[in-house]
Parts: sequence; structure tokens; C-alpha cells
Amino acid sequence: MTPTTPLLEVRDLVKHFPVRRHPLAALRRAAPARVVHAVDGVTFEVAAGETLGLVGESGCGKTTTGRLVLRAIEPTRGHIVFEGEDITSLPAGRLLPFRRKAQIVFQDPYSSLNPRMTVGAMVAEPIRVHRIAAGAEVEARVRSLLDMVGLSAEYARRYPHELSGGQRQRVGIARALAAGPRLVVADEAVSALDVSVRAQILNLFVELRERLGLAYLFVSHDLGVIRFVSHRVAVMYLGRLAEVAPASALFKQPLHPYTQALLAAIPAVGDGSTSIFDNPARLLEGELPNPIDLPRGCRFASRCPHRMSQCEEVEPALREAAPGHAVACHLYTEGGTP
Amino acid sequence: MAHGAADPVLDVRGLTVEFSTEGGVLRAVDDVSFEIGRGEIVGLVGESGAGKSLTSEAILRLIRCPPGRVRGEVRFRGQNLLTLGERSLADIRGKDIAMIFQNPGASLNPVFRVGEQMLEAMAVHVPERRAALRRRVLEILGRVGIPSPGTRARDYPHQFSGGMAQRVMIGMGISCMPSLLIADEPTTALDVTIQAQVLALIRRLARELGVAVLLVSHDLGIISQMCHRVLVMYAGRVVEQASVEAIFRAPAHPYTQGLIACLPRLEGTGKLGAIGGAMPGLAALPPGCRFHPRCPVSEPRCRVEAPPLGPLRPEHQVACHVARPS
Repeated sequence: MTPTTPLLEVRDLVKHFPVRRHPLAALRRAAPARVVHAVDGVTFEVAAGETLGLVGESGCGKTTTGRLVLRAIEPTRGHIVFEGEDITSLPAGRLLPFRRKAQIVFQDPYSSLNPRMTVGAMVAEPIRVHRIAAGAEVEARVRSLLDMVGLSAEYARRYPHELSGGQRQRVGIARALAAGPRLVVADEAVSALDVSVRAQILNLFVELRERLGLAYLFVSHDLGVIRFVSHRVAVMYLGRLAEVAPASALFKQPLHPYTQALLAAIPAVGDGSTSIFDNPARLLEGELPNPIDLPRGCRFASRCPHRMSQCEEVEPALREAAPGHAVACHLYTEGGTP
Repeated sequence: MAHGAADPVLDVRGLTVEFSTEGGVLRAVDDVSFEIGRGEIVGLVGESGAGKSLTSEAILRLIRCPPGRVRGEVRFRGQNLLTLGERSLADIRGKDIAMIFQNPGASLNPVFRVGEQMLEAMAVHVPERRAALRRRVLEILGRVGIPSPGTRARDYPHQFSGGMAQRVMIGMGISCMPSLLIADEPTTALDVTIQAQVLALIRRLARELGVAVLLVSHDLGIISQMCHRVLVMYAGRVVEQASVEAIFRAPAHPYTQGLIACLPRLEGTGKLGAIGGAMPGLAALPPGCRFHPRCPVSEPRCRVEAPPLGPLRPEHQVACHVARPS
């Protein structure tokens, strides 16, 4: 672990998806090409062994960011640097060493496993592809991987339909770990699981991180989950980072009005004596603007309770407001009063 | 908060739902009883397969029989819904009892304008002229927080976001002034800030209009913030039933305790409490207490004898040999 070079560096990452036009639209002259600004200039780092939680509501671009980082989809602009090497434009043929070190765990353990393959065959696949072992040694590795995720060796012979949701997700994790990665992108990896099973899998993620020194980019809409697994948290809104901070600071003292509203809207388990839903003044009004026709200034301005005139004109940049705590909001630039 | 339990809006007694399958008869809901008073919100909480949705569907008689078989009593303002004739039932459903489900998009017809659909649904139950109904549609859209109702009423469902569609469903639900609202995972498909708007609306309906609400949810946070009383279900049975304060301050059943310990808290980290294993399927229920294979405090008798639901304190019932030794 070199403290100077982060494991993953993402700089000004942009992904625009073209909007498919109606076939007849071409007949109209000068119909502008329209794009969805899914990820629109995102910069962050993940250190070795660190977990960065990426949180936001649907459509904010968090899943797209996870996929871009893995080069599962190609960025429109920007840079992805992994272990000091810029992998943004490496040709597919030369990506194999990177693929070995950066893996993904998907949300839905029902559709991310091949129903025709046994658990053993699925976990063995990355071991063979990356030529990590051969022959009888593959089987031994599969057994130790299954053991690591809390499944006994007999599961190697089972098919996905014989497993519960939690067991499938354990298989998904074993598969991701098979190649010996240093970074795992977990994309809503516990969102499809029931509460009691979710706790088991979250504990497993943390245990594996400590044991293997893994770094996670943990993508989730669930702030409770994010708080539990993350060292640092990045809050995303409409393709941009609104706030990046150490987890404890973000939850204790959120700076961005969006983060504040998000935290206020969480139905945390209370003792039943009061209800956050009886105080609508704290709740955010309106909905996410359309990611095709973005507002000119701050993307959050239309819903922001602290909106100022400059917010509708100038988009705020992500700046450090306290050491390690960055926020993209005019309230925290000169002249603004938080 | 005191609620008129003396004259409940809904009184469910011994509700049991069974399905005949090739492998035999499966009992998915087993002897569930509770009542809901005016303005009261009762939560039904549990993990998937607990039988909470089936309970709410059985109350509305939405379960196909056969293969299903529903027994017990569901008294709504004195009438037993389970034995009521189809015509009378149709009069009550959608008028006196409103229902909203998880996926609001699927509940709206994509080829009709939203306003028209609302109007048609209302016209079934309300004998008023169309012009008057049209005014009421706009009024209701405004009340559930749809901006510029006049324009939005002419939109089609696909032009509505999930949160707006759910608010339309709630609007349709309350358009006939129901006395009972059954909401089955009403915000599971919605984002947290939108969810808060929808839940605040339901809370207001109960408080201001006295609507009785049955809220089905897997989310303990929502249950703790929304409900006055809570029923915790596990593998078809109610394992604990109490006021929301009692459930969250002093949970008595090991399953309830485990569920609360499983939740990641916003204030800190540390290892999560976890319940080992998973809920058993209906075809392979363990004998005795259905929770005993996962229970950290189980005793020998838990393996053979199912604990009955009984009072621990006034208004606090629990089904556990350890929490309530007989």
C-alpha cells in the first residue's frame, strides 16, 4: 500500500447517453441532438483498503459511475486511473490485468447468476480465465472461496435455484473475489435482501475487507447501509457530486442542503413517540429535474430551501469547506453564510 | 395517543389463509387477529414470506379461492366482509375501503388520461354530474400535492413519475372519503425524499380525516415513524403485537429484537446484530415455535410446542415461551 498513490482516481468523469430520436425527427431541420447527462463531471479517489460510499436517489448516476470505473461502459470524457495507470483508453485486449484487480457484485442475486451453471463452475470461471490456477488446484480454490463467504463445500455442486437470496449473494461475492481483486464495486449489493439477511451480508462485506485489504466503491440508495460500510461518503445528485466527506462528519454535520434534506427524510427507527412525517416543513418538495434539460445553475436550486439568486446562474464547484469535507454549494463560498 | 378501540373501523378475528397445492395444504396466514380504530395507523411488519401482504389481500377478499381458502372474520363497520355478497362488497371496495399497492404505475391504465381515470373511478361510487366530478378531481390532485392539477389531469400515466403516480393512487383512494386505507408497501418503489412526501400525506389523512390505516411494510424505520400500533409477523403468524412505543423501546420477542438489531444505524458503525439463517418456507415449517431454529434463546420446549400469542403486559402481546413463561 503506497499512501501517496490512491488505488483508484477518477477525474472529471462524464457519461452522456444519446436520447434515441423519433425516426421522423430527422426530417425536421436542425433538431438538436439530445443527451441524458447521467454522469456529468465527477472526481473522487479511493485509497487501498478504503470504502467510499456512493449514495443518491434513482437517476442520480451512481450506478453509471460504478460501471464507468470498471470500464463496463465507455466514458464520454474524463479519466480513470487505477494503481497509477490511466486505464481510460486502454484497448479491450489489454484490460485483462485490470479486470482481475477490479470486480463487481451486482444487486440482484437472482439474475446475476447463470441458472445452468453450478455454483462451483461459476466461481471457478474467473480462476480459469485469469489463469490463476489449473487442474485440481482450481477446486481447492473454489472450496476456500466458498468457505470465505460462509458456504460449505457441498454448495459447489448446487444450482442457483436451490439457493436462498442471501446464499446467492454469497456466491456473487465469492465470484467477485475469485480473481483476487483489490477493488470491488458493490452496486446495490444488499438492496434486494431481507433485513435479517442483509445484516449478514453487510457483516460479510466488512469482514472480507478487513481480511483481504479490499477497497470498495459501495453504491447504494440506502443511507443506513452507506453509514455502516463506508469510511468516506460521496453524495450524488443529478450526475454531480454534491458533497464528499468522512462518513462520521457527513452524518453528524451534513453541509449541502440536499444531504441535509436526504438525512431528514430517512425514516430512521425511532421509539415511536414522534414522527418525522408530522413535520412536513423539513421534507423536500418537488422532484428531480429532467437529466436531459438541466437547469443552468445549481442542479438542486429548484428544490433548495436556501436558494439564492446566484444559484440559478452559476453552478457551484466541489470545494473543500473543512479538511477532507468537500461541498458543491454557494452557501460555503465567500460571501455565503451557511 | 388514544384511539377509539371500543368501536373499531376494522376488526379482524382469527384470519387464516390456506392454499391447496400438490404437496398438501399450506397455511400462509395463521390465526391473525387485530383491530384498527378511527384515525389509527396499524403496521404489519415482517420479511418476505411472513404473510403480511396475504393478510391485507385476504381482508379485501382479493385471494382467489380455490386454490386459496380464507377463514375467520373480517368485520368492517360491523359487516363481515368474508361472507358479504359480491355486489355489496364491490360497493365497499374502492369507496369505503381504499387500497394502494407497491407499484403505482401498474395500477393506472396507460391509455387513458389520469384525470379521466380518476373521474371514472369516482363516477362508479358518487352519483354526481360529470362537471362536478371534474372539479373534484382537480381539487383532489391539488390536495395530494400535484402541481398545476389542471394541466396534469390531461396527462397520461407515463408522464407521471413514480411518486406522482402514487399520489394519484392515494388521491383516487381518498376521493370517496373512505374510512379505511390499506397500503401495502406504498413507498417501496420510491426514492427517500419522495417516499417522505407520500408517507406524510398518509399520516395527515389519518390525523385530519380520521382515516383508519393498515400499513404493510418490511421497513422497521417506516413502521416506527408511521404507526400507532404494530404487529410483527413471522412465517404466517403474529409473534408480537403492541403499541409502537412498546415495540421499539421494549421489544419482547427475540425475532423483533433481532430485526431491530439488524438495522444499520445512522449514528454509528460496529458490527450489526444478525439473525442467522433465513425464514423457513411454508412447505418446510419447523415444529413448535417457527422461529426456534434461528432463535438465540430457544429452549427445549420451543422445539415441540408452539407458543400462543398472549399478554405480557396490558396492550402488549407476545408469542414466546421465553419472554412469557406460562
